[in-house]
Amino acid sequence: MKDIRLMKGNEAIAEGAIRAGCDGYFGYPITPQSEVMEYLFANKIKERTGMIVLQAESEIASIHMVYGGAACGKRVMTSSSSPGISLMQEGISFMAGTELPCLLLNVVRGGPGLGTIQPSQSDYFQTVKGGGHGDYKMIVLAPASVQEMYDFAKLGFELAFKHRIQVMVLSDGAIGQMMEKVELDEQVPRWTDAEIKAMSPWATTGKTPDRERNIITSLDLNPVKQEIININLQKKFKHIQETEVRFERIQCDDAEYLFVAYGSSARICQKAVLLGRERGIKVGLLRPITLFPYPSDELAKLAKQVKGMLSVEMSAGQMVEDVRLSVNGAVPVEHYGRLGGIMPAPDEVLNVLEQNFIKEKTYEPHTN
Amino acid sequence: MATVKGEIVVNTERCKGCELCVPVCKEKTIAMSVVLNSKGYHFATSSNQDCNGCTNCALVCPDGAISVYRVKVN
Amino acid sequence: MSHIPTRDEVIEPENLVYSRTCLLTDNALSYCPGCGHGTAHRLIMEVIEEMNLQADTIGVAPVGCSVLAYDFMNIDMQQAAHGRAPAVATGIKRLHPEKFVFTYQGDGDLAAIGTGETIHVCNRGENITVFFVNNGIYGMTGGQMAPTTLPGMKTATSPFGRDVETMGHPLKITELVAQLPGTYFVSRQSVHTPANVRKAKKAIEKAIQYQKLNKGLCFVEIVSNCNSGWKMTPLESNKWMEENMFPYYPLGDIKVPK
Repeated sequence: MKDIRLMKGNEAIAEGAIRAGCDGYFGYPITPQSEVMEYLFANKIKERTGMIVLQAESEIASIHMVYGGAACGKRVMTSSSSPGISLMQEGISFMAGTELPCLLLNVVRGGPGLGTIQPSQSDYFQTVKGGGHGDYKMIVLAPASVQEMYDFAKLGFELAFKHRIQVMVLSDGAIGQMMEKVELDEQVPRWTDAEIKAMSPWATTGKTPDRERNIITSLDLNPVKQEIININLQKKFKHIQETEVRFERIQCDDAEYLFVAYGSSARICQKAVLLGRERGIKVGLLRPITLFPYPSDELAKLAKQVKGMLSVEMSAGQMVEDVRLSVNGAVPVEHYGRLGGIMPAPDEVLNVLEQNFIKEKTYEPHTN
Repeated sequence: MATVKGEIVVNTERCKGCELCVPVCKEKTIAMSVVLNSKGYHFATSSNQDCNGCTNCALVCPDGAISVYRVKVN
Repeated sequence: MSHIPTRDEVIEPENLVYSRTCLLTDNALSYCPGCGHGTAHRLIMEVIEEMNLQADTIGVAPVGCSVLAYDFMNIDMQQAAHGRAPAVATGIKRLHPEKFVFTYQGDGDLAAIGTGETIHVCNRGENITVFFVNNGIYGMTGGQMAPTTLPGMKTATSPFGRDVETMGHPLKITELVAQLPGTYFVSRQSVHTPANVRKAKKAIEKAIQYQKLNKGLCFVEIVSNCNSGWKMTPLESNKWMEENMFPYYPLGDIKVPK
């Protein structure tokens, strides 16, 4: 019988990590995601799987603890929310430069600055375009449910080690805090030292006589070598773009108009699709699940079919740029988003679609 | 009473001519070479037969350029 | 040996009493002539060799002159972002409690940007060893003032001497961490004379042995010279160190297990 529980998103990804064979979590409290670490402490994970959890003195320390564990070939993770994730950017760039696999979670809150603890999606650029220094990408998974928060722990670790890359689960305060039914699956055993040595021969597991020493560094003062390192990184990102795109099509087959939205905004748009259909508007939703690699080809295909796309994001418009890049002018693309932690309502979003593409422009901002 | 005879072998390419070994040698054995190594440094050399293999020079050498030998002589 | 042996007879392998440890790689050290980093590297590697710990050691290099320590230490190493080596080492040790884990850091790395990590790795009593080379200056970036720069000391960013009114006082980080219950063994050494080298090596041995007892953090500071940053010859810099650094950073064990 399947193990089904009612859980918060933050708790679900913590349980997902435990069951995905995670070895260690290093983190720091910040609303709206402190439950991830609290759950790990409360669930005696040392006895369950031998996993360790440590509260660090800062997000900066946390990300570098993750670096240390990842460089040993272990499954390690951290989680935080927007301001904390900003503090982690240098560490993430170092892991990009050393190609270290790890799982990261950003439960996005309204910004900029201390902002608010309400949900937002205004960290898209930082996450997808790279918030740290240098040319690098992370695989970015956008959960739209508590089930996906659970699932993306295991998927995240698989992708991280498959490509030796950081995987960021880009969630938000709503998905982190809401409770939904979650179907839990079997425990994946943690890797033994022997398995790690076999799978990750690059890891620092202690220089034994049978091999040269392993060095994990992102430094190469020789620009010729540093360029080669960068070229290889770009090859990896290209391969990921070609092979790891994930999205969900909702009522797109006959769509004349399209919402493009991820995470919480996708849930809202799903309802807006139903409302629209009731009003006789053939609207569909494309929900990117991976934000990198972005489903550009799918959007380019849909651009041949629809008359307009509305990118709905709880931000001032960030993913809309990637939608425009994908369709490359083939069809008008507009943006709608509420800011500061306000979530739009389904009819509100549908009205904006209508005003942008169906009626002439009589739009006044929604003031509830 | 057995005495000892020492010798040092300097990796002349590794030596950077910092001269830290010169004053720690109680027997005043070490002097800097006149010629330069490939990097342009004068390097340490033993300039007399009084070395007793005490290893002082090797201990302070930042580049680990000095090997020390010692044998008992009765 | 009955007669006075010739040089060739003396330098027979069986007469070897001291040579460079095989745990240093063949790479030429990148440090300036006379710099204490090289000696510190060598002592740590000698101890790891003598304790047969090469396969069980994971080191963490900082950012600074010794950023390239992994080019010279023949062990598995990770290079940490500036100041973050203690956090990286924590991540390693928590996941590999059976390994010997150490950080090797300079004063800028450990006592400026990394102060938070330093205080907390000590306060957690992390079972790792911190090797801290204090030469009172930022060497790699060209001789700027460091937290441990002495009052009146000229550097690239205190060209008229460190003015404590505007630039603060030298930070005695080692005495600070010795106050924290999480530290088990705290010692300050130097590597500029044979006697000090021997003492420093003993302190390093203790720090590594104590790590196995899981009794907390072992912290070994090595006060060292920076002849290029201080604009002196190596010999002058060691003399200046004795006359100026040692009074402010007195050598010796600061905290020993009861």
